[in-house]
Amino acid sequence: MSEITPENVRHLASLARILVTDEEVEKLAKELDVIVESVAMVKGAVSDDTPATSHPIPMSNVYREDVVKPSLSQQQALSNAPDQADGKFKVNAILDEE
Amino acid sequence: MAKAELMDFDEAIEKYEVVIGLEVHVELNTNTKMFCGCANEFGEQPNTNVCPVCLGLPGALPVVNGKAVEYSIAIGLALNCSIAGDGRFARKNYFYPDLSKNFQTSQYDEPIAYEGQLEVPVASGKVYNVAIERAHMEEDAGKLSHVGGVGRIQGAEYSLVDFNRAGVPLVEIVTKPIFDSGAEAPELASAYVRQIREIVKAMDVSDARMERGNVRCDANVSLRPKGQQRLGTRTETKNVNSLRSVENAVRYEIQRQAAILAAGDEITQETRHWHEDKKYTSAGRPKSDADDYRYFPEPDLVPVQPTEELIEEIRTRLPENPASRRARLQQEWSLSDNEFRDIVNSDLLDEVDSTVSLGVSAQSAKKWWTGEIARIANLEGKEITELSVTPEDVAEIEKMISAGKLNDRLAREALSGVIAGEGSVAEVVSARGLEVVSDDGALTAAVDKALAEQPDVLEKIRAGKEQAAGAIIGSVMKEMRGQADAGRVRELILERAKS
Repeated sequence: MSEITPENVRHLASLARILVTDEEVEKLAKELDVIVESVAMVKGAVSDDTPATSHPIPMSNVYREDVVKPSLSQQQALSNAPDQADGKFKVNAILDEE
Repeated sequence: MAKAELMDFDEAIEKYEVVIGLEVHVELNTNTKMFCGCANEFGEQPNTNVCPVCLGLPGALPVVNGKAVEYSIAIGLALNCSIAGDGRFARKNYFYPDLSKNFQTSQYDEPIAYEGQLEVPVASGKVYNVAIERAHMEEDAGKLSHVGGVGRIQGAEYSLVDFNRAGVPLVEIVTKPIFDSGAEAPELASAYVRQIREIVKAMDVSDARMERGNVRCDANVSLRPKGQQRLGTRTETKNVNSLRSVENAVRYEIQRQAAILAAGDEITQETRHWHEDKKYTSAGRPKSDADDYRYFPEPDLVPVQPTEELIEEIRTRLPENPASRRARLQQEWSLSDNEFRDIVNSDLLDEVDSTVSLGVSAQSAKKWWTGEIARIANLEGKEITELSVTPEDVAEIEKMISAGKLNDRLAREALSGVIAGEGSVAEVVSARGLEVVSDDGALTAAVDKALAEQPDVLEKIRAGKEQAAGAIIGSVMKEMRGQADAGRVRELILERAKS
Protein backbone atom coordinates (compact mmCIF):
# COMPACT_ATOMS: atom_id res chain seq x y z
CA MET A 1 0.00 0.00 0.00
CA SER A 2 1.68 3.17 -1.15
CA GLU A 3 0.73 6.27 0.79
CA ILE A 4 3.42 8.57 -0.51
CA THR A 5 2.71 9.77 -4.02
CA PRO A 6 5.24 11.32 -6.39
CA GLU A 7 3.31 14.57 -5.96
CA ASN A 8 3.94 14.45 -2.19
CA VAL A 9 7.64 14.06 -2.84
CA ARG A 10 7.76 16.91 -5.32
CA HIS A 11 5.88 19.15 -2.88
CA LEU A 12 8.27 18.32 -0.05
CA ALA A 13 11.27 18.79 -2.31
CA SER A 14 10.07 22.21 -3.35
CA LEU A 15 9.42 23.22 0.28
CA ALA A 16 12.93 22.10 1.18
CA ARG A 17 14.40 23.78 -1.91
CA ILE A 18 15.84 20.49 -3.19
CA LEU A 19 16.00 19.80 -6.89
CA VAL A 20 14.97 16.20 -7.65
CA THR A 21 14.88 14.23 -10.91
CA ASP A 22 11.93 12.04 -11.88
CA GLU A 23 13.90 8.90 -11.03
CA GLU A 24 14.75 10.30 -7.61
CA VAL A 25 11.10 11.12 -7.03
CA GLU A 26 10.12 7.49 -7.68
CA LYS A 27 12.92 6.18 -5.47
CA LEU A 28 12.21 8.62 -2.63
CA ALA A 29 8.48 7.89 -2.74
CA LYS A 30 9.21 4.21 -2.08
CA GLU A 31 11.72 4.98 0.67
CA LEU A 32 9.47 7.46 2.42
CA ASP A 33 6.69 4.92 2.19
CA VAL A 34 8.73 2.46 4.20
CA ILE A 35 9.34 5.12 6.84
CA VAL A 36 5.67 6.02 7.03
CA GLU A 37 4.73 2.34 7.39
CA SER A 38 7.29 1.89 10.13
CA VAL A 39 5.89 4.82 12.02
CA ALA A 40 2.40 3.38 11.54
CA MET A 41 3.59 0.17 13.24
CA VAL A 42 4.85 2.16 16.22
CA LYS A 43 1.54 3.99 16.31
CA GLY A 44 -0.24 0.66 16.60
CA ALA A 45 1.74 -0.17 19.72
CA VAL A 46 0.82 3.08 21.45
CA SER A 47 -2.13 3.21 23.80
CA ASP A 48 -3.92 6.34 25.01
CA ASP A 49 -1.87 6.56 28.18
CA THR A 50 1.50 6.55 26.42
CA PRO A 51 2.93 10.05 26.54
CA ALA A 52 4.30 11.53 23.32
CA THR A 53 8.08 11.40 23.39
CA SER A 54 9.63 14.15 21.34
CA HIS A 55 12.64 14.05 23.63
CA PRO A 56 13.81 10.55 24.57
CA ILE A 57 16.21 11.74 27.28
CA PRO A 58 14.36 12.57 30.52
CA MET A 59 15.74 16.05 30.95
CA SER A 60 14.04 19.43 31.26
CA ASN A 61 14.64 23.04 32.29
CA VAL A 62 18.18 23.39 31.06
CA TYR A 63 18.81 27.12 31.17
CA ARG A 64 21.56 29.60 30.65
CA GLU A 65 22.26 32.59 32.93
CA ASP A 66 21.35 35.90 31.28
CA VAL A 67 24.97 37.00 31.08
CA VAL A 68 26.58 38.44 27.96
CA LYS A 69 29.34 36.33 26.39
CA PRO A 70 31.79 37.63 23.80
CA SER A 71 30.43 37.62 20.26
CA LEU A 72 32.30 37.17 17.00
CA SER A 73 33.86 40.20 15.38
CA GLN A 74 32.13 41.56 12.30
CA GLN A 75 35.04 40.32 10.22
CA GLN A 76 34.77 36.81 11.68
CA ALA A 77 31.00 36.79 11.23
CA LEU A 78 31.31 37.68 7.56
CA SER A 79 34.33 35.49 6.82
CA ASN A 80 32.26 32.74 5.20
CA ALA A 81 29.78 35.03 3.48
CA PRO A 82 29.70 34.53 -0.29
CA ASP A 83 29.15 38.26 -0.65
CA GLN A 84 29.03 41.27 1.66
CA ALA A 85 28.64 45.04 1.78
CA ASP A 86 28.64 47.63 4.59
CA GLY A 87 29.35 45.00 7.23
CA LYS A 88 26.29 43.03 6.21
CA PHE A 89 25.58 39.81 4.37
CA LYS A 90 24.65 40.53 0.78
CA VAL A 91 21.89 38.35 -0.66
CA ASN A 92 19.90 38.26 -3.87
CA ALA A 93 16.95 40.57 -4.15
CA ILE A 94 13.81 39.07 -2.68
CA LEU A 95 11.00 39.43 -5.13
CA ASP A 96 8.11 37.56 -3.62
CA GLU A 97 6.77 40.31 -1.39
CA GLU A 98 4.95 43.55 -2.24
CA MET B 1 0.42 50.70 -6.38
CA ALA B 2 -2.96 52.30 -6.87
CA LYS B 3 -5.18 52.89 -3.89
CA ALA B 4 -8.09 50.51 -3.64
CA GLU B 5 -11.75 51.46 -3.77
CA LEU B 6 -13.08 52.18 -0.28
CA MET B 7 -16.58 52.09 1.15
CA ASP B 8 -17.64 54.81 3.57
CA PHE B 9 -16.77 53.54 7.08
CA ASP B 10 -20.24 53.96 8.59
CA GLU B 11 -21.83 52.25 5.63
CA ALA B 12 -19.40 49.35 5.91
CA ILE B 13 -20.24 48.93 9.60
CA GLU B 14 -23.95 49.11 8.75
CA LYS B 15 -23.66 46.29 6.22
CA TYR B 16 -21.03 43.97 7.65
CA GLU B 17 -19.95 42.43 10.89
CA VAL B 18 -16.27 43.08 11.58
CA VAL B 19 -14.09 40.31 13.00
CA ILE B 20 -10.56 41.19 14.10
CA GLY B 21 -7.73 39.15 15.54
CA LEU B 22 -4.47 40.62 16.80
CA GLU B 23 -0.98 39.19 17.03
CA VAL B 24 1.41 41.27 19.07
CA HIS B 25 5.13 40.57 19.15
CA VAL B 26 6.96 41.80 22.23
CA GLU B 27 10.75 41.95 22.23
CA LEU B 28 12.05 41.13 25.70
CA ASN B 29 14.73 43.32 27.26
CA THR B 30 16.92 40.54 28.61
CA ASN B 31 20.68 41.18 28.56
CA THR B 32 21.26 38.36 26.10
CA LYS B 33 19.50 36.65 23.24
CA MET B 34 17.04 33.77 23.52
CA PHE B 35 19.41 30.90 22.79
CA CYS B 36 22.95 32.32 23.03
CA GLY B 37 24.99 34.76 25.09
CA CYS B 38 25.18 37.52 22.48
CA ALA B 39 24.11 40.94 23.74
CA ASN B 40 20.49 41.94 23.10
CA GLU B 41 21.29 45.52 22.06
CA PHE B 42 19.67 48.00 19.72
CA GLY B 43 21.69 50.08 17.29
CA GLU B 44 25.11 48.43 17.40
CA GLN B 45 27.43 48.08 14.40
CA PRO B 46 25.93 45.44 12.07
CA ASN B 47 26.81 41.79 12.71
CA THR B 48 28.76 42.44 15.89
CA ASN B 49 26.31 40.80 18.33
CA VAL B 50 26.43 37.46 16.58
CA CYS B 51 27.88 34.02 17.24
CA PRO B 52 27.69 30.56 15.66
CA VAL B 53 24.27 29.93 17.32
CA CYS B 54 22.43 33.01 16.05
CA LEU B 55 24.19 32.86 12.70
CA GLY B 56 22.95 29.29 12.35
CA LEU B 57 26.38 27.84 11.72
CA PRO B 58 26.39 24.03 11.45
CA GLY B 59 26.76 22.18 14.72
CA ALA B 60 26.09 25.20 16.96
CA LEU B 61 23.82 24.29 19.87
CA PRO B 62 21.26 26.62 21.46
CA VAL B 63 20.66 26.91 25.22
CA VAL B 64 17.53 28.64 26.54
CA ASN B 65 17.87 31.94 28.41
CA GLY B 66 16.22 31.22 31.77
CA LYS B 67 15.39 34.89 32.31
CA ALA B 68 13.46 34.98 29.02
CA VAL B 69 11.35 32.03 30.23
CA GLU B 70 10.57 33.90 33.46
CA TYR B 71 9.62 37.06 31.55
CA SER B 72 7.38 35.02 29.26
CA ILE B 73 5.63 33.44 32.24
CA ALA B 74 5.18 36.92 33.74
CA ILE B 75 3.54 38.14 30.52
CA GLY B 76 1.29 35.09 30.48
CA LEU B 77 0.22 35.70 34.07
CA ALA B 78 -0.41 39.41 33.45
CA LEU B 79 -2.75 38.37 30.63
CA ASN B 80 -4.56 35.99 32.97
CA CYS B 81 -3.33 32.96 31.06
CA SER B 82 -2.75 29.43 32.27
CA ILE B 83 0.93 28.52 32.26
CA ALA B 84 1.94 25.25 30.64
CA GLY B 85 3.59 22.86 33.06
CA ASP B 86 5.17 21.12 30.09
CA GLY B 87 6.05 23.19 27.06
CA ARG B 88 8.61 22.84 24.33
CA PHE B 89 10.15 24.57 21.39
CA ALA B 90 9.49 23.71 17.77
CA ARG B 91 11.11 24.48 14.46
CA LYS B 92 9.11 26.57 12.04
CA ASN B 93 10.70 25.87 8.67
CA TYR B 94 10.88 28.50 5.96
CA PHE B 95 13.39 30.02 3.63
CA TYR B 96 14.00 33.71 3.96
CA PRO B 97 17.36 35.44 4.32
CA ASP B 98 16.50 37.12 7.62
CA LEU B 99 16.91 33.72 9.33
CA SER B 100 20.08 31.94 8.41
CA LYS B 101 19.06 28.60 9.96
CA ASN B 102 16.14 28.24 7.52
CA PHE B 103 13.90 27.73 10.52
CA GLN B 104 12.73 29.92 13.36
CA THR B 105 12.86 28.39 16.80
CA SER B 106 9.35 28.98 18.09
CA GLN B 107 6.62 27.13 19.96
CA TYR B 108 3.80 25.31 18.23
CA ASP B 109 1.27 23.11 20.00
CA GLU B 110 2.70 23.63 23.48
CA PRO B 111 3.00 27.39 24.09
CA ILE B 112 4.16 28.57 27.48
CA ALA B 113 0.89 30.44 28.16
CA TYR B 114 -2.67 29.88 26.91
CA GLU B 115 -6.33 30.78 27.44
CA GLY B 116 -6.13 34.22 28.99
CA GLN B 117 -8.15 37.40 28.83
CA LEU B 118 -7.63 41.13 29.03
CA GLU B 119 -10.13 43.87 29.78
CA VAL B 120 -9.68 46.73 27.32
CA PRO B 121 -11.62 49.97 27.86
CA VAL B 122 -12.30 52.31 24.93
CA ALA B 123 -13.25 55.99 24.85
CA SER B 124 -17.02 55.33 24.85
CA GLY B 125 -16.61 53.79 28.30
CA LYS B 126 -17.31 50.30 27.03
CA VAL B 127 -14.92 47.62 28.28
CA TYR B 128 -14.12 44.75 25.92
CA ASN B 129 -13.09 41.43 27.35
CA VAL B 130 -10.51 40.30 24.80
CA ALA B 131 -9.87 36.55 24.88
CA ILE B 132 -6.21 35.57 24.54
CA GLU B 133 -5.60 32.34 22.68
CA ARG B 134 -1.94 31.94 23.56
CA ALA B 135 1.39 33.60 24.25
CA HIS B 136 4.44 31.75 23.03
CA MET B 137 8.20 32.21 23.04
CA GLU B 138 10.25 32.53 19.90
CA GLU B 139 13.24 34.32 18.46
CA ASP B 140 13.34 37.47 16.38
CA ALA B 141 14.78 37.45 12.86
CA GLY B 142 17.63 39.52 11.43
CA LYS B 143 17.09 42.89 9.84
CA LEU B 144 16.96 43.22 6.05
CA SER B 145 17.64 46.39 4.14
CA HIS B 146 16.86 46.58 0.47
CA VAL B 147 19.28 48.32 -1.83
CA GLY B 148 18.49 49.76 -5.22
CA GLY B 149 15.03 50.57 -6.57
CA VAL B 150 13.19 52.74 -4.08
CA GLY B 151 14.59 51.07 -0.96
CA ARG B 152 11.69 48.68 -0.72
CA ILE B 153 11.53 44.99 -1.53
CA GLN B 154 10.01 45.52 -4.91
CA GLY B 155 12.57 46.56 -7.47
CA ALA B 156 15.54 46.13 -5.12
CA GLU B 157 18.81 45.06 -6.70
CA TYR B 158 19.95 43.17 -3.63
CA SER B 159 19.33 42.96 0.09
CA LEU B 160 21.67 43.28 3.06
CA VAL B 161 21.30 41.28 6.26
CA ASP B 162 22.29 42.31 9.78
CA PHE B 163 21.88 39.44 12.25
CA ASN B 164 22.24 41.48 15.46
CA ARG B 165 18.49 41.13 16.01
CA ALA B 166 18.41 37.44 15.06
CA GLY B 167 17.74 35.42 18.19
CA VAL B 168 16.43 38.29 20.33
CA PRO B 169 13.73 36.84 22.61
CA LEU B 170 10.16 37.49 21.52
CA VAL B 171 6.81 36.69 23.02
CA GLU B 172 3.99 36.50 20.51
CA ILE B 173 0.55 37.13 21.98
CA VAL B 174 -2.41 35.96 19.89
CA THR B 175 -6.03 36.89 20.56
CA LYS B 176 -9.06 34.80 19.72
CA PRO B 177 -11.32 36.37 17.08
CA ILE B 178 -13.06 39.47 18.43
CA PHE B 179 -16.61 39.66 17.11
CA ASP B 180 -18.64 42.36 18.76
CA SER B 181 -16.67 45.55 18.35
CA GLY B 182 -18.30 46.96 15.18
CA ALA B 183 -17.48 50.61 14.62
CA GLU B 184 -15.12 50.52 17.61
CA ALA B 185 -12.93 47.79 16.04
CA PRO B 186 -10.13 50.16 14.90
CA GLU B 187 -10.04 51.93 18.26
CA LEU B 188 -10.21 48.65 20.18
CA ALA B 189 -7.28 47.25 18.19
CA SER B 190 -5.11 50.20 19.08
CA ALA B 191 -6.32 50.33 22.71
CA TYR B 192 -5.45 46.63 23.05
CA VAL B 193 -1.92 47.14 21.72
CA ARG B 194 -1.50 50.19 23.96
CA GLN B 195 -2.51 48.13 26.97
CA ILE B 196 -0.13 45.27 26.13
CA ARG B 197 2.60 47.88 25.74
CA GLU B 198 1.80 49.40 29.14
CA ILE B 199 1.74 46.02 30.82
CA VAL B 200 5.11 44.84 29.50
CA LYS B 201 6.60 48.24 30.24
CA ALA B 202 5.28 48.26 33.80
CA MET B 203 6.73 44.77 34.33
CA ASP B 204 10.00 45.96 32.78
CA VAL B 205 10.23 42.86 30.59
CA SER B 206 10.43 44.95 27.40
CA ASP B 207 11.55 48.45 26.52
CA ALA B 208 8.18 48.57 24.76
CA ARG B 209 9.19 51.26 22.27
CA MET B 210 7.08 50.80 19.19
CA GLU B 211 9.24 53.10 17.06
CA ARG B 212 12.10 50.70 17.66
CA GLY B 213 9.99 47.65 16.90
CA ASN B 214 9.98 46.41 20.52
CA VAL B 215 6.21 45.98 20.20
CA ARG B 216 4.78 45.12 16.78
CA CYS B 217 1.29 44.23 15.73
CA ASP B 218 -0.12 42.08 12.94
CA ALA B 219 -3.81 42.85 12.47
CA ASN B 220 -6.20 40.26 11.04
CA VAL B 221 -9.43 41.67 9.65
CA SER B 222 -12.38 39.94 8.02
CA LEU B 223 -15.95 40.96 7.28
CA ARG B 224 -19.12 38.92 6.92
CA PRO B 225 -22.65 39.93 6.04
CA LYS B 226 -24.72 40.41 9.19
CA GLY B 227 -26.31 37.15 10.24
CA GLN B 228 -23.89 34.92 8.38
CA GLN B 229 -22.32 32.21 10.56
CA ARG B 230 -19.30 31.38 8.44
CA LEU B 231 -16.30 33.68 8.89
CA GLY B 232 -15.27 35.80 5.94
CA THR B 233 -11.85 35.52 4.31
CA ARG B 234 -9.30 37.47 6.33
CA THR B 235 -6.25 39.53 5.51
CA GLU B 236 -3.30 39.99 7.83
CA THR B 237 -1.68 43.43 7.86
CA LYS B 238 1.89 42.97 9.02
CA ASN B 239 4.21 44.84 11.35
CA VAL B 240 2.11 47.87 12.06
CA ASN B 241 4.43 49.86 14.27
CA SER B 242 2.55 52.66 15.94
CA LEU B 243 -0.73 52.87 17.82
CA ARG B 244 -2.10 55.29 15.27
CA SER B 245 -1.12 52.94 12.44
CA VAL B 246 -2.94 50.03 14.08
CA GLU B 247 -6.14 52.04 14.22
CA ASN B 248 -5.74 53.40 10.69
CA ALA B 249 -4.83 50.04 9.16
CA VAL B 250 -7.82 48.24 10.67
CA ARG B 251 -10.15 51.04 9.57
CA TYR B 252 -8.70 50.98 6.07
CA GLU B 253 -9.04 47.20 5.72
CA ILE B 254 -12.69 47.36 6.83
CA GLN B 255 -13.43 49.97 4.17
CA ARG B 256 -11.42 48.19 1.47
CA GLN B 257 -12.92 44.76 2.09
CA ALA B 258 -16.45 46.16 2.31
CA ALA B 259 -16.08 47.75 -1.13
CA ILE B 260 -14.87 44.44 -2.61
CA LEU B 261 -17.65 42.39 -1.02
CA ALA B 262 -20.32 44.92 -2.02
CA ALA B 263 -19.13 44.64 -5.62
CA GLY B 264 -19.71 40.87 -5.41
CA ASP B 265 -16.02 40.02 -5.51
CA GLU B 266 -14.01 37.86 -3.16
CA ILE B 267 -11.33 38.80 -0.66
CA THR B 268 -7.92 37.27 -1.35
CA GLN B 269 -6.40 35.67 1.71
CA GLU B 270 -3.03 37.37 1.92
CA THR B 271 -0.64 39.35 4.03
CA ARG B 272 -0.74 43.11 3.47
CA HIS B 273 1.61 45.96 4.28
CA TRP B 274 0.54 49.22 5.88
CA HIS B 275 1.97 52.47 4.52
CA GLU B 276 1.52 55.10 7.22
CA ASP B 277 2.75 57.92 4.98
CA LYS B 278 0.02 57.45 2.37
CA LYS B 279 -2.49 55.67 4.63
CA TYR B 280 -3.19 52.49 2.70
CA THR B 281 -2.39 48.78 2.71
CA SER B 282 -0.85 47.01 -0.26
CA ALA B 283 -0.96 43.32 -1.11
CA GLY B 284 1.92 41.18 0.05
CA ARG B 285 2.34 37.48 -0.34
CA PRO B 286 -0.80 35.40 -0.94
CA LYS B 287 -1.15 32.31 1.25
CA SER B 288 0.65 29.52 -0.55
CA ASP B 289 2.66 26.33 -0.25
CA ALA B 290 5.36 28.37 1.40
CA ASP B 291 3.13 28.61 4.48
CA ASP B 292 3.49 24.88 5.03
CA TYR B 293 5.95 25.37 7.87
CA ARG B 294 6.42 21.67 8.72
CA TYR B 295 6.68 22.36 12.44
CA PHE B 296 8.39 19.70 14.47
CA PRO B 297 9.77 19.55 18.03
CA GLU B 298 13.17 21.20 18.35
CA PRO B 299 15.50 18.26 19.09
CA ASP B 300 18.34 20.47 20.40
CA LEU B 301 16.31 21.94 23.28
CA VAL B 302 14.78 20.06 26.19
CA PRO B 303 11.24 20.72 27.46
CA VAL B 304 10.40 23.78 29.55
CA GLN B 305 8.64 22.61 32.71
CA PRO B 306 8.21 25.50 35.14
CA THR B 307 7.35 24.37 38.65
CA GLU B 308 4.29 25.62 40.51
CA GLU B 309 6.62 27.32 42.97
CA LEU B 310 8.37 29.28 40.23
CA ILE B 311 5.06 30.33 38.66
CA GLU B 312 3.68 31.47 42.03
CA GLU B 313 6.88 33.33 42.83
CA ILE B 314 6.67 35.20 39.53
CA ARG B 315 3.00 35.93 40.24
CA THR B 316 3.82 37.57 43.55
CA ARG B 317 6.38 39.80 41.82
CA LEU B 318 3.91 41.10 39.21
CA PRO B 319 3.43 44.87 39.46
CA GLU B 320 0.02 46.44 39.83
CA ASN B 321 -2.06 46.18 36.67
CA PRO B 322 -1.63 49.48 34.76
CA ALA B 323 -5.37 50.10 34.46
CA SER B 324 -6.02 49.80 38.20
CA ARG B 325 -2.87 51.80 38.93
CA ARG B 326 -4.18 54.63 36.76
CA ALA B 327 -7.53 54.60 38.55
CA ARG B 328 -5.80 54.64 41.93
CA LEU B 329 -3.39 57.46 41.05
CA GLN B 330 -6.06 59.70 39.56
CA GLN B 331 -8.01 59.41 42.78
CA GLU B 332 -4.98 59.93 45.02
CA TRP B 333 -3.94 62.98 43.07
CA SER B 334 -7.50 64.40 42.79
CA LEU B 335 -7.01 65.35 39.16
CA SER B 336 -9.83 65.81 36.67
CA ASP B 337 -10.22 63.35 33.78
CA ASN B 338 -8.71 65.91 31.43
CA GLU B 339 -5.74 66.73 33.62
CA PHE B 340 -5.05 63.07 34.19
CA ARG B 341 -5.39 62.17 30.51
CA ASP B 342 -2.79 64.86 29.74
CA ILE B 343 -0.27 62.96 31.83
CA VAL B 344 -1.20 59.52 30.46
CA ASN B 345 -1.22 60.58 26.83
CA SER B 346 2.21 62.17 27.20
CA ASP B 347 3.46 58.89 28.68
CA LEU B 348 4.53 60.71 31.85
CA LEU B 349 2.72 58.70 34.50
CA ASP B 350 5.92 57.15 35.90
CA GLU B 351 7.72 60.49 36.03
CA VAL B 352 4.84 62.29 37.73
CA ASP B 353 4.32 59.39 40.13
CA SER B 354 7.99 59.39 41.16
CA THR B 355 7.95 63.16 41.57
CA VAL B 356 4.83 63.05 43.74
CA SER B 357 6.36 60.33 45.89
CA LEU B 358 9.23 62.75 46.59
CA GLY B 359 6.77 65.09 48.25
CA VAL B 360 5.75 67.34 45.35
CA SER B 361 2.04 68.08 44.86
CA ALA B 362 0.43 66.31 41.89
CA GLN B 363 -0.51 69.65 40.32
CA SER B 364 3.05 70.94 40.47
CA ALA B 365 4.55 67.66 39.27
CA LYS B 366 2.11 67.64 36.36
CA LYS B 367 2.85 71.29 35.60
CA TRP B 368 6.59 70.70 35.29
CA TRP B 369 6.49 67.47 33.30
CA THR B 370 3.68 68.21 30.86
CA GLY B 371 4.63 71.89 30.72
CA GLU B 372 8.18 73.17 30.70
CA ILE B 373 9.95 69.81 30.35
CA ALA B 374 7.66 68.62 27.54
CA ARG B 375 8.15 71.99 25.85
CA ILE B 376 11.94 71.68 25.89
CA ALA B 377 11.80 68.05 24.68
CA ASN B 378 9.53 69.15 21.87
CA LEU B 379 11.85 72.01 21.00
CA GLU B 380 14.85 69.71 20.86
CA GLY B 381 12.94 67.01 19.00
CA LYS B 382 13.64 64.47 21.73
CA GLU B 383 11.68 62.06 23.88
CA ILE B 384 11.27 63.33 27.43
CA THR B 385 12.98 60.17 28.67
CA GLU B 386 16.05 61.16 26.67
CA LEU B 387 16.43 64.44 28.58
CA SER B 388 18.76 64.37 31.56
CA VAL B 389 16.16 65.55 34.04
CA THR B 390 14.91 63.35 36.85
CA PRO B 391 12.00 63.43 39.31
CA GLU B 392 14.64 64.25 41.95
CA ASP B 393 15.57 67.41 40.01
CA VAL B 394 11.94 68.50 39.82
CA ALA B 395 11.47 67.83 43.53
CA GLU B 396 14.59 69.87 44.32
CA ILE B 397 13.33 72.80 42.26
CA GLU B 398 9.94 72.67 43.98
CA LYS B 399 11.66 72.62 47.35
CA MET B 400 13.64 75.74 46.48
CA ILE B 401 10.48 77.47 45.27
CA SER B 402 8.64 76.80 48.53
CA ALA B 403 11.67 77.98 50.47
CA GLY B 404 11.48 81.24 48.52
CA LYS B 405 14.89 80.65 46.98
CA LEU B 406 13.63 80.44 43.40
CA ASN B 407 10.74 82.13 41.67
CA ASP B 408 8.97 80.69 38.66
CA ARG B 409 11.23 82.28 36.08
CA LEU B 410 14.44 81.33 37.86
CA ALA B 411 13.13 77.79 38.36
CA ARG B 412 12.58 77.43 34.62
CA GLU B 413 16.07 78.68 33.99
CA ALA B 414 17.53 76.26 36.52
CA LEU B 415 15.63 73.46 34.82
CA SER B 416 16.94 74.31 31.40
CA GLY B 417 20.46 74.33 32.86
CA VAL B 418 19.92 70.84 34.26
CA ILE B 419 18.62 69.66 30.89
CA ALA B 420 21.59 71.27 29.16
CA GLY B 421 23.80 69.02 31.29
CA GLU B 422 25.23 71.73 33.53
CA GLY B 423 24.87 69.60 36.65
CA SER B 424 22.44 69.23 39.52
CA VAL B 425 19.84 71.88 40.37
CA ALA B 426 22.02 73.24 43.16
CA GLU B 427 25.04 73.40 40.88
CA VAL B 428 23.14 75.20 38.13
CA VAL B 429 21.62 77.68 40.58
CA SER B 430 25.00 78.50 42.03
CA ALA B 431 26.91 78.54 38.71
CA ARG B 432 24.35 80.75 36.99
CA GLY B 433 23.74 82.83 40.12
CA LEU B 434 20.01 82.19 40.00
CA GLU B 435 19.09 82.41 43.63
CA VAL B 436 16.42 84.91 44.55
CA VAL B 437 17.76 88.02 46.28
CA SER B 438 16.39 87.71 49.80
CA ASP B 439 18.48 90.53 51.19
CA ASP B 440 15.81 93.05 52.18
CA GLY B 441 18.36 95.83 52.13
CA ALA B 442 19.02 95.42 48.42
CA LEU B 443 15.33 94.97 47.68
CA THR B 444 14.32 97.99 49.71
CA ALA B 445 16.84 100.15 47.89
CA ALA B 446 15.44 98.99 44.56
CA VAL B 447 11.86 99.63 45.73
CA ASP B 448 12.68 103.11 46.92
CA LYS B 449 14.39 103.89 43.65
CA ALA B 450 11.41 102.69 41.58
CA LEU B 451 8.93 104.61 43.74
CA ALA B 452 10.98 107.77 43.39
CA GLU B 453 11.02 107.36 39.62
CA GLN B 454 7.26 106.87 39.36
CA PRO B 455 5.67 109.41 41.74
CA ASP B 456 2.26 109.12 40.02
CA VAL B 457 2.12 105.42 40.90
CA LEU B 458 3.20 106.17 44.41
CA GLU B 459 0.27 108.58 44.71
CA LYS B 460 -2.18 105.96 43.54
CA ILE B 461 -0.89 103.42 46.05
CA ARG B 462 -1.11 105.96 48.82
CA ALA B 463 -4.68 106.66 47.69
CA GLY B 464 -5.43 103.01 48.36
CA LYS B 465 -5.13 101.59 44.83
CA GLU B 466 -2.91 98.69 45.77
CA GLN B 467 -3.18 97.03 42.38
CA ALA B 468 -1.09 99.91 40.99
CA ALA B 469 1.87 98.29 42.77
CA GLY B 470 2.16 95.98 39.73
CA ALA B 471 4.02 98.62 37.74
CA ILE B 472 6.53 99.06 40.54
CA ILE B 473 6.98 95.31 40.93
CA GLY B 474 7.89 95.19 37.24
CA SER B 475 10.54 97.87 37.62
CA VAL B 476 12.00 96.25 40.72
CA MET B 477 12.14 92.81 39.09
CA LYS B 478 13.92 94.37 36.15
CA GLU B 479 16.38 96.08 38.44
CA MET B 480 17.00 92.79 40.26
CA ARG B 481 17.32 90.96 36.91
CA GLY B 482 14.33 88.83 37.82
CA GLN B 483 16.00 87.40 40.87
CA ALA B 484 13.54 88.53 43.46
CA ASP B 485 10.52 86.97 45.08
CA ALA B 486 7.64 88.95 43.61
CA GLY B 487 5.49 88.42 46.72
CA ARG B 488 8.12 89.87 48.99
CA VAL B 489 8.69 92.80 46.61
CA ARG B 490 4.99 93.61 46.76
CA GLU B 491 4.99 93.57 50.54
CA LEU B 492 7.96 95.93 50.59
CA ILE B 493 6.36 98.32 48.08
CA LEU B 494 3.21 98.64 50.17
CA GLU B 495 5.30 99.04 53.32
CA ARG B 496 7.53 101.73 51.83
CA ALA B 497 4.75 103.58 50.01
CA LYS B 498 2.80 104.00 53.23
CA SER B 499 5.75 104.93 55.41
